[in-house]
Amino acid sequence: MANMDYIDAIRLAMKEEMERDEDVFVLGEDVGVKGGVFTTTKGLQEQFGESRVLDTPLAESAIAGVAIGAAMYGMKPIAEMQYSDFMFPATNQIISEAAKIRYRSNNDWTCPIVIRAPIGGGIFGGLYHSQCPESVFFGTPGLKIVAPYRAYDAKGLLKAAVRDPDPVIYFENKKCYKMINGDVPADDYIVEIGKANVLREGDDITVIGYSMPLMFVEQAAADLEQEGISTHILDLRTLQPLDKEAILAAVRKTGKVLIIHEDNKTGGVGAEVSAIIAEELLFELDAPIQRLCSPDVPAMPINPPGEKYYMLNKDKVKEAMRNLALY
Amino acid sequence: MSQKGSTEQTFRHNELGLSNELAVEMYATMVLSRKFDERNMLLQRAGKINFHVSGIGQEVAQVAAAFALDRENDYFLPYYRDYGFVLAVGMTVKELMLSVFAKAEDPNSGGRQMPGHFGSKRLRIVTGSSPVTTQVPHAVGIAMAAKMKKKPIVSFVTFGEGSSNQGDFHEGCNFAGVHKLPVILMCENNQYAISVPVHKQLGGRVADRALGYGFPGFQVDGNDALEVFRVVKEARERAIAGEGPTLIEAMMYRLSPHSTSDNDLAYRTKEEVDENRAKDGIPKYKQYLEECGLWNEELEAELLARIRKVVDEATEYGDNAPFPAPESVLLHVYAEEGH
Repeated sequence: MANMDYIDAIRLAMKEEMERDEDVFVLGEDVGVKGGVFTTTKGLQEQFGESRVLDTPLAESAIAGVAIGAAMYGMKPIAEMQYSDFMFPATNQIISEAAKIRYRSNNDWTCPIVIRAPIGGGIFGGLYHSQCPESVFFGTPGLKIVAPYRAYDAKGLLKAAVRDPDPVIYFENKKCYKMINGDVPADDYIVEIGKANVLREGDDITVIGYSMPLMFVEQAAADLEQEGISTHILDLRTLQPLDKEAILAAVRKTGKVLIIHEDNKTGGVGAEVSAIIAEELLFELDAPIQRLCSPDVPAMPINPPGEKYYMLNKDKVKEAMRNLALY
Repeated sequence: MSQKGSTEQTFRHNELGLSNELAVEMYATMVLSRKFDERNMLLQRAGKINFHVSGIGQEVAQVAAAFALDRENDYFLPYYRDYGFVLAVGMTVKELMLSVFAKAEDPNSGGRQMPGHFGSKRLRIVTGSSPVTTQVPHAVGIAMAAKMKKKPIVSFVTFGEGSSNQGDFHEGCNFAGVHKLPVILMCENNQYAISVPVHKQLGGRVADRALGYGFPGFQVDGNDALEVFRVVKEARERAIAGEGPTLIEAMMYRLSPHSTSDNDLAYRTKEEVDENRAKDGIPKYKQYLEECGLWNEELEAELLARIRKVVDEATEYGDNAPFPAPESVLLHVYAEEGH
């Protein structure tokens, strides 16, 4: 077991899957010679050659569409969108095609692709290098969506996505790349898609989230413990399908729930999680369901005070958690 | 080809590598497609089906192209008017009728999609959708995968001239050009994108765009069966030799309205349609076969009777076949557990 950065865990997952199965290949902008703009695919072209680590033309719909064609032929492509902000030209291919291929062909054709896309801000990326577009794809039946927070899950979920018989969007958080690290086994393991994970056991409040903001939640929970507030944290890990059982169990544990994500509030994943809780557990709650998300503005600005204002941080999260505990 | 005697003539189709038998089969497939299409128009008018989108006027190019491919191994990404094409690569009239009536046994989609949305893994007809031209990048991906696996096949994809304006056409062509992939792109330029005529869709010729992607582009008379056959066959030979993609613009005319929901005389005249009906490639090809001594009115009568029977039986089968169980709507969103 090695302590590893989140980005290295992603790279290791691709490397292992490509070694395991020669039908697995990577394609995207700058993924080959350069090894990706974030170095996520660094070293892969040297090991596997140009045809399996393919530098594509700068055209996202083709990256997705060509991957879909290859997948229908029987390959296992991992298509990289350089930033999730640039994924929208490929939305028709993802939503009209990949998501519906099994269904529209009555189970005759399948589309086992993985689309990796970096999400999240806090890197002075401005409007178009910072977005969290989960809600655009969330709620599209036929797609699976994962968004790891821990390095362990980054590797295990990507390996599971590659082996999945259906299209999986893998949202990796670029702020996590170097900031999040942890124990990652060197052996072959997967993290099952559709299973949430309890990050911390607690009795007073439940926080449900995914991806990078969970770091603030963990830090805040450690602080609040000193104040006598015990936090139960659930990492969704998979956004679609949501692990309904785990969500309900986590809320039942404390009767007070706060849902956190960096995607904006309206129509976000948190809205669906709230609805599930309201449908099933309304009378077991000791406080109204709370959500802490980014504001409903188009995207975050590049100026530092504006970006800071937009982004979640430990203090904002801690305050929301404390308020819930005191309710 | 086996020469039986020195008096046997060699015809243009023989020179192109098409046996007499296949040349005749090609004709029979065009007529079958036309009759199937006409039956659907009738079924819709009679209220037996809700909708039909016709390929009348485009069958010659569709069938000729199919016969120029390896129908046992190549991959096909037809667009929604390609009845002639899918019949030529092995789909049956019965299977198409099951789709027309949206019945459970429909191999294209199990009665889920509109007619004309073809798909059959068995026949390597890749499942298609309604947003146009999304199939072009898929064809490129299949060609790339085949190249990676060193399989000597091509992918063949069709689309209309209106569709050729979509980004996916350009993105797909460019990708295929960069990687010199074995894909053949055939635009069925039928002069109309629903109501919008070609001069409002295209500033130039579709075929000329190939130059910008670094591969050859050809315009061909889509009513000339043997010319289409030749151009597609040569494109396939180039693709298999590792010389990359070819763009073909087959010129034709959509003789039917866009669909049964369209009144085409709101935007074009009957005279224009009639003028183009006179250029129909099916009778032209029939005349060629007659001149070769391969066809006559007796054979024509037999063919029409045979087709009539096939279409009648298929219509009856499709009409009587059961719909999918309503709750089957919930199936096949994802792979089922344990499969």
